[in-house]
Amino acid sequence: MKIIVCIKQVPDTNEVKLDPKTGTLIRDGVPSIINHDDMNALEEALKLKDRYEDVEITVLTMGPPQADVALREALAMGADRAILVSDRAVAGSDTWATSNTLTAAIKKIGSYDMIFCGRQAIDGDTAQVGPQIAEKLDLPQVTYVQKMEVKGDTVTVQRALEDGYEIIDVKMPCVLTAIKELNSPRYASVSGIFDAYREKNVEVWSAKDIEVDLAIIGLNGSPTNVRRTFTPDPKGKGTMIPGCDKGTVCELFNILKEKHII
Amino acid sequence: MNFSLTKEQEMVRKLMKEFSENEVKPIAAEVDETERFPRETVEKMARYDIMGIPFPKQYGGAGGDNLSYAIAVEELSKVCGTTGVILSAHTSLGAHPIYQYGTEEQKMKYLVPLAKGEKLGAFGLTEPNAGTDSSAQQTVAVLDGDNYILNGSKVFITNGGEADIYIIFAMTDKSKGNKGISAFIVEKEFKGFSIGKKEDKMGIRGSSTTELIFENCIVPKENLLGQVGKGFGIAMQTLDGGRIGIAAQALGIAEGALDECAKYMKERKQFGKPLAAFQGLQWMVAEMATKVEAAKLLVYSAADKKDKKLPFSAEAAMAKLFAAEAAMEVTTKAVQIFGGYGYTRDYPVERMMRDAKITEIYEGTSQVQKMVIAAKVLK
Repeated sequence: MKIIVCIKQVPDTNEVKLDPKTGTLIRDGVPSIINHDDMNALEEALKLKDRYEDVEITVLTMGPPQADVALREALAMGADRAILVSDRAVAGSDTWATSNTLTAAIKKIGSYDMIFCGRQAIDGDTAQVGPQIAEKLDLPQVTYVQKMEVKGDTVTVQRALEDGYEIIDVKMPCVLTAIKELNSPRYASVSGIFDAYREKNVEVWSAKDIEVDLAIIGLNGSPTNVRRTFTPDPKGKGTMIPGCDKGTVCELFNILKEKHII
Repeated sequence: MNFSLTKEQEMVRKLMKEFSENEVKPIAAEVDETERFPRETVEKMARYDIMGIPFPKQYGGAGGDNLSYAIAVEELSKVCGTTGVILSAHTSLGAHPIYQYGTEEQKMKYLVPLAKGEKLGAFGLTEPNAGTDSSAQQTVAVLDGDNYILNGSKVFITNGGEADIYIIFAMTDKSKGNKGISAFIVEKEFKGFSIGKKEDKMGIRGSSTTELIFENCIVPKENLLGQVGKGFGIAMQTLDGGRIGIAAQALGIAEGALDECAKYMKERKQFGKPLAAFQGLQWMVAEMATKVEAAKLLVYSAADKKDKKLPFSAEAAMAKLFAAEAAMEVTTKAVQIFGGYGYTRDYPVERMMRDAKITEIYEGTSQVQKMVIAAKVLK
């Protein structure tokens, strides 16, 4: 079974602070981590590898050269192959352009039975990239996976809902997105860490390598534009009109009228 | 000169930090309070190849370096001095002598399970009358056919009773003094070997410290480690490396106390402002942080020298001397900064202060470290 796990390197939000003036994240000096839900996706793939023979796990990410360390960590946990799509042409991508890039990379990888993503990244919270990849590859998808089992070419999945779950059988190849209830990710092992740097390799692919149309990636290929981020001003203190008689109601009525609310 | 860790070492630090925070810190106070050996932590460390960091893969190790191993002990000790010394005694004192002096057969039989963490290691040199004067060994080993017969006892043995494999020193020829000492690999199950009194200690209370008793203990001839009469050298060189582990433990304890202080000083308010706003206390933490940083450089430098196969004996002694004294000073000041609360078991700094004291004593007292350093300077 060939599994591709898509991961994202994100700033550790436990350590991150907001710039009060611009409303943007202060990323300087903030440690980077593998996005939490992506770790759950990777762990589930590793569990399949522990259980079945012939499971090959490829971790894939799009990011700056520094994302190498996230892929090395995934290798240290037990992934077999790591690919970093890194190119100035992909900078500034929104979810649409990101999924275009990842889809092109997955096509170049070629064969796969399962594509596993985290539900969403803690820095953007969109939950769009996984489903978009499924659509673009024309694959069945199940999101919010909280439990799963593989039998033959079918995955039986518990998909979390707000007030329960549904059980879905999905044929491979398919796209799944993991939530934290799925498992507890393992640590990297010490020997895995040394192997990840000495024995294993992170392949770096450019936009040209994945043969993607430059018009649909990066900032120019992104339909979403972030014009400004801001923290909404706190609401002012309310006015209390005490009482429960007719006069109090009239007073309220008059204030609302004055403000043209009614 | 390069003061940066490699990427591998940085990732080992990240792993050990997460492991220590999640798996070790939550039970540290209970392990201390109840004097319980944290067996479950040893099993978890084995799962992540932490029990054999500096040994090659062919012998079951992680294929790492001594600096990564020191970082592992440091991170564990930040939250639990007990766990730090379990790893240090196992790796430096139990497994390392077999790696350094063992035959290929001994390595396959004993080092592999030790490095994998399937077995725990310990080291028995100290005797009731042979502490700092470790050459005054009274345990004897007499060759009898295919076996050595050991008689005597050892005291203050870290991992005693919990370990499966012990490196034991004994006199094979009393007339030769130092040169009559030999080293042996002794299994816990060997006939005539038993565990004596368990010490009730001031600190590192989860670590098992016991007496070892040999009464006509039968040790197969092939379990002689190194050559006959070379045991004292093996012991001294093993302790040189062990000191890096204990120095890393002391460093970790000091860093842990400093971290607790920084957190507490920002939270605790007196006279309407946080403790962190008082210059008197700022100066205390500034001194503490400087000692910690200096200790760290000495410890890492000694480990790096060992990795580069350069002489490191005096450097390891300096690292242990300085880091141990820093740990004692920093933890004592930490209790002072916490005030009355620091003296209670509600906060971890009193445990850290108790744990710190032993680092000035075991694997060579601070005074022994000064002997080693002076011998190098005045040679």
